[in-house]
Amino acid sequence: MSDPVTALAGREAAHRVTIRDAGPRGMVTLRGDLEDPRILRACKALTGCAMPDQTGAVLDGDTGLLWMSPDELLLLVPCSEAGAAVDHLSDALRGMPHLAVDVSDARQIIALDGAGLREVLARLTPADLHPDALAPGTVRRTRLSQAAAAFWLISEEKAEVMCFRSVAHYVFGLLDNAAQSPEAGLF
Amino acid sequence: MLTLHCPYCGVHCDETELAPGGEAHLTRHGPGSDDADFESYLFLRENPRGVHFERWRHAYGCGKWFHAARCTVTLEVFGTYPAQTTAPMQAILDIIDEKRPGWRWRDVT
Repeated sequence: MSDPVTALAGREAAHRVTIRDAGPRGMVTLRGDLEDPRILRACKALTGCAMPDQTGAVLDGDTGLLWMSPDELLLLVPCSEAGAAVDHLSDALRGMPHLAVDVSDARQIIALDGAGLREVLARLTPADLHPDALAPGTVRRTRLSQAAAAFWLISEEKAEVMCFRSVAHYVFGLLDNAAQSPEAGLF
Repeated sequence: MLTLHCPYCGVHCDETELAPGGEAHLTRHGPGSDDADFESYLFLRENPRGVHFERWRHAYGCGKWFHAARCTVTLEVFGTYPAQTTAPMQAILDIIDEKRPGWRWRDVT
């Protein structure tokens, strides 16, 4: 087996906010009735995380559960465990309508580090980045300039952006450029 | 700029995060219907000055379709509501009654 390689291959840009490739991450899309006890149990077993509320992100290091829509969840797991996670879900949810797909290779996660990260994101998205509107522990699906993306804050100085692999360099370029702009002091 | 509240994910989304879906609450008249009904279903649309009901899709977010009631003159949004309905919700109608007394849209008042 070859090693997993992200589209950005370790690319990094150090400014006031550091933008860097977060590396390979296991990502599993799960669609189904998120209130079903079997789904709750299976997700807990795979990530150790509780089911997030609407637009919630429950994270534990590199693993976690992200609320994507009323019937869609994204499981973050270690890269090598994504395939096993899909198998586990398919077994646990046999007989109930659901969809579990390993999307690790279709996505890219970019890590943002630094105090001005709200401003960097606000330059690129119509989403409200005010601390009252987007607290750590929530995920926001939106667009960054012309590409679909989702982001979640881990803390005030740490966030992750997820986009499609095909636009990874475009999104990285956007963030790189936004991070070089002078501080506006909005947040 | 239009900001709509997505009733499915609770996010206040910008117009550019949404895909417009045209007029709301159309009744489909397919094969077997008479010509006038079919023409009306396919071509005839409201073009109101004032209260309007539309469909929108939260394309850059949860991906769900929903309905919105807004004013085409001021862009004031009276409310949004889920897609699983064939007529505007009473709660939304009450809000419009209060803000635009005497309004009319198709045969809804």
